[in-house]
Amino acid sequence: MDALISQLQRQFRDYTISLYQQGFLDDQFTELKKLQDDGSPDFVAEVLTLFFEDCVKLISNMARALDKTTGTVDFSQVGASVHQLKGSSSSVGAKRVKALCVSFKEYCEAKNYEGCVRCLQQVDIEYKALKTKLQDMFNLEKQIIQAGGRVPQVDIN
Amino acid sequence: MALREIASSSSPELHVLAVDDSFVDRKVIERLLKISACKVTTVESGTRALQYLGLDGDNGSSGLKDLKVNLIVTDYSMPGLTGYELLKKIKESSAFREIPVVIMSSENIQPRIEQCMIEGAEDFLLKPVKLADVKRLKELIMRGSEADEGKTKKLSPKRILQNDIDSSPSSSSTSSSSSSHDVSSLDDDIPSSKRIKLESRVND
Repeated sequence: MDALISQLQRQFRDYTISLYQQGFLDDQFTELKKLQDDGSPDFVAEVLTLFFEDCVKLISNMARALDKTTGTVDFSQVGASVHQLKGSSSSVGAKRVKALCVSFKEYCEAKNYEGCVRCLQQVDIEYKALKTKLQDMFNLEKQIIQAGGRVPQVDIN
Repeated sequence: MALREIASSSSPELHVLAVDDSFVDRKVIERLLKISACKVTTVESGTRALQYLGLDGDNGSSGLKDLKVNLIVTDYSMPGLTGYELLKKIKESSAFREIPVVIMSSENIQPRIEQCMIEGAEDFLLKPVKLADVKRLKELIMRGSEADEGKTKKLSPKRILQNDIDSSPSSSSTSSSSSSHDVSSLDDDIPSSKRIKLESRVND
């Protein structure tokens, strides 16, 4: 069992580090991990779940606001949703999503329709990619625990 | 009832009212505060905060006795009542003006920060809020409550981001993000802790 646990822990460590290296996560995610303990073992997963729900809602708002068939586009409305998404992505350490929101916000301010539509598509892809990556990470954690091991603290330098 | 009040007032647990329209941020700030041994009440708007305090209708002192909020932490940009407007209302209230109010914002806008400090905000936190921020805040508030009631709380210019966050019972790890500038030479209106906070943020 020990060999399995070590292997899983190594996998977990490598995978987590890769997420940071590839820019999916930043140090705010590390901060969230600090808030998790035996008393609140699922805190990070819970917050991220809320974040992904937020993504669905806000992206839907943005899509609606960018829908030309309903009339002229209200860029301030789009911008308001982008601002919210920027905030929550920042709070959970979703680095790529946040960076996209920064560009998105600029396109809103410039009232650049094509730019906004592009950003909307990208942000949709990006949050889904992060969601998949994190699900894989959480699965590794589960496997470690099921094998009787502890999830290692990963030191990101 | 009186005995319980005495007992709870000698307990070090702060009761914090956290105001933020973002569900994600509310969850995070709640956890940050709880892990720092605070009692937390979260509300999603300035209006709800005023309702909670009993300030929405008449300038009610009726809710005062059981509430005992020791600190209010509020987001700046919220629909409806902004954090700034909430700050003003609290400072205008004779019942609650002594409660320290801390503003949080994702935007590092100097005039905004100054405006809040002038209006009486205790501190200004740049989002995303970290554990080190909350611990520093708690120390600030605890120290303030130990001080003489009559004196106006002034932030000491010697307060720098500290590495020695070891007094907390929580199991959090090293505080790697603090940069210890000595800013006692600065003589600005803006208390130095904010300045450090702004300077150490080298975000995108």
